[in-house]
Amino acid sequence: MNIVVCVKQVPDTTEIKIDPIKNTLIRQGVPSIMNPFDKNALEEAIQLKEQHSGSVTVISMGPEQAKATLREALSMGADKAYLVTDRAFGGSDTYATSYILSKVIEKLGPFDVILGGKQAIDGDTGQTAPSIAEHLGIARLTHIRSMKIDGNKCVVEREIEEGIEIVEAKLPILCTATKETNKPRYATIKGKIESLKADIENITLADLPNMDTTKIGLKGSPTRVKSTFIPERKSSCEMLEIVNPRETAKVLFGKLAEAKIL
Amino acid sequence: MSLLYTEEQKALIALVKDMAENEIKPYVQELDEKGECPGELFKWAFDMGLHMLEIPEEFGGTGLSYETTAMIFEELAKVDAGYAITFVTTFVALRNVILSGTPEQGKYFADIIGKGNFAAFALTEPNAGSDPAALRGMAVKDGDDYILNATKTFITNGEIAALFVGFFKTDVKAGHKGISAFIIDANAPGITIGQHENKMGLRLSNTTDVTFENVRVSASSMVGAEGSGFKLALNALNLSRAFVATLAVGIMQRALDESVKYAKERKQFGKPIIKFQMVQQMLADMAIKTEASRVLVNNTMRMMDNGSLVRKEGSITKTFVSDCAQEVTSNAVQIFGGYGYSKEYPVEKLMRDCKVFQIFEGANQIQRMTIANELDREYK
Repeated sequence: MNIVVCVKQVPDTTEIKIDPIKNTLIRQGVPSIMNPFDKNALEEAIQLKEQHSGSVTVISMGPEQAKATLREALSMGADKAYLVTDRAFGGSDTYATSYILSKVIEKLGPFDVILGGKQAIDGDTGQTAPSIAEHLGIARLTHIRSMKIDGNKCVVEREIEEGIEIVEAKLPILCTATKETNKPRYATIKGKIESLKADIENITLADLPNMDTTKIGLKGSPTRVKSTFIPERKSSCEMLEIVNPRETAKVLFGKLAEAKIL
Repeated sequence: MSLLYTEEQKALIALVKDMAENEIKPYVQELDEKGECPGELFKWAFDMGLHMLEIPEEFGGTGLSYETTAMIFEELAKVDAGYAITFVTTFVALRNVILSGTPEQGKYFADIIGKGNFAAFALTEPNAGSDPAALRGMAVKDGDDYILNATKTFITNGEIAALFVGFFKTDVKAGHKGISAFIIDANAPGITIGQHENKMGLRLSNTTDVTFENVRVSASSMVGAEGSGFKLALNALNLSRAFVATLAVGIMQRALDESVKYAKERKQFGKPIIKFQMVQQMLADMAIKTEASRVLVNNTMRMMDNGSLVRKEGSITKTFVSDCAQEVTSNAVQIFGGYGYSKEYPVEKLMRDCKVFQIFEGANQIQRMTIANELDREYK
């Protein structure tokens, strides 16, 4: 079974700072990590490989330093890693990124399973992985809790707001992982050492001749960020003094009804 | 951090720290109370390969240097030295079988440990601690076999080991030259594991009596030549002294980390206590002793990587570091004040954990004798 995992290097913080003029994320001075949900995707891929044999390929689009994240993926047990990087890819939004990655997957494939995290903790869009499936014209199942593969069939448990949905789909398939999917393993000492020495190939525009260049980079990105901001916390707390519990309960009920909670 | 680390060493330290802090640390306080460590907690370190760090690749190990191995064990000891020593003991046993045994013995031992098992050294007896020549345990030849009888005490990993390296007299009259070492399967009939020692510290580490009663082993399980057991034990102790010293450095670093953090938070007379000169002096002395100890351990490790036996250097390192560790952990409790004396805070445990470092692998008094004897020899 051939599996590809899309990973992203993200700043190691949930408290993102934003450049007030450019409306983009400030990445300087913040250590980078593998997007945590992508780690779950990678763990799922490695487990599938352990069950069905095959290989796990990891791809990431980003600058040269994103190789650190690819090395981490190799140290956990991925077999091959490629960095997708080119000046022409710079400024790509989720549409352009997913288009470029779909071309990379076509080039490196065919793959039975494509995995990614449910979203990246920096941009939080959750769009890139599902869009790859659209570009490739294959099934996608997001927010998976578990996946089982039998022949060319795959049964997936999905987390949805109302509960858990069990879906069957044909391979190839794209799935996105969450924290609930698994607990990512630690690298082994051996894996870590080998990963530091591994060659990671770059894939550039020149390697992808079938690319429609009007769909990539800043110019090929339909998204325009108007503004980015951290929402203000608007919570307040009111303490009710309990004189008579029954009376206080009535007051509480009234307040909850007023706030349309009850 | 006083050493120059390579990128690889930094990456390995970070990896072990990540695992130890997330998977082991949350359980340490509870397990210290109970005086045990469950197998599933050890599995994290086995999965990572912490039992095979320095073991050569032809024996299925990672082939790291002693230097890098020590850095990794120091990191593990910051979280719990008892957890770490379980692996150090296994490593020292395996390493010495590889060093002193036949390639087949090394392979046999390494295969079993490599699968995720522990090993133990069975040397000490109730009446033979600092004086191993006084061993009473006997190995009597019987055809192609030896019959082993002994009561061994304070055996680290006694209950959890799959393999023992045991020391027995094959010649009663020959003193320390009559001691031979054997590889013994822990499942061999006649082995009884005694009660787990209720220790002051290192409570995640398993320590028991082990009784050998007419345990039959084949003559091929003897490590090295007959009568070479004492030399093997000394070589093993050279190695283990250097490695327990690295654990003591881990304990000291933890004591320093906790103390500085606390001294910055704790306010008295309107300011953090780190602003008071007497506290500053204690913290500075703790840092000096910790850094000096780490450098000393590192130098010993690098000497061993270059093939030195470190007979004197190992003793100097173990003695200096374990003496420093007493002061550093005691001062950590002092800085925490009343809270430091409470089990709610992590520092009293560090003080309990480090006491044994002045005792095991040869008491510091014995170390000083060794150092002086070496000096006597050198200045002839």
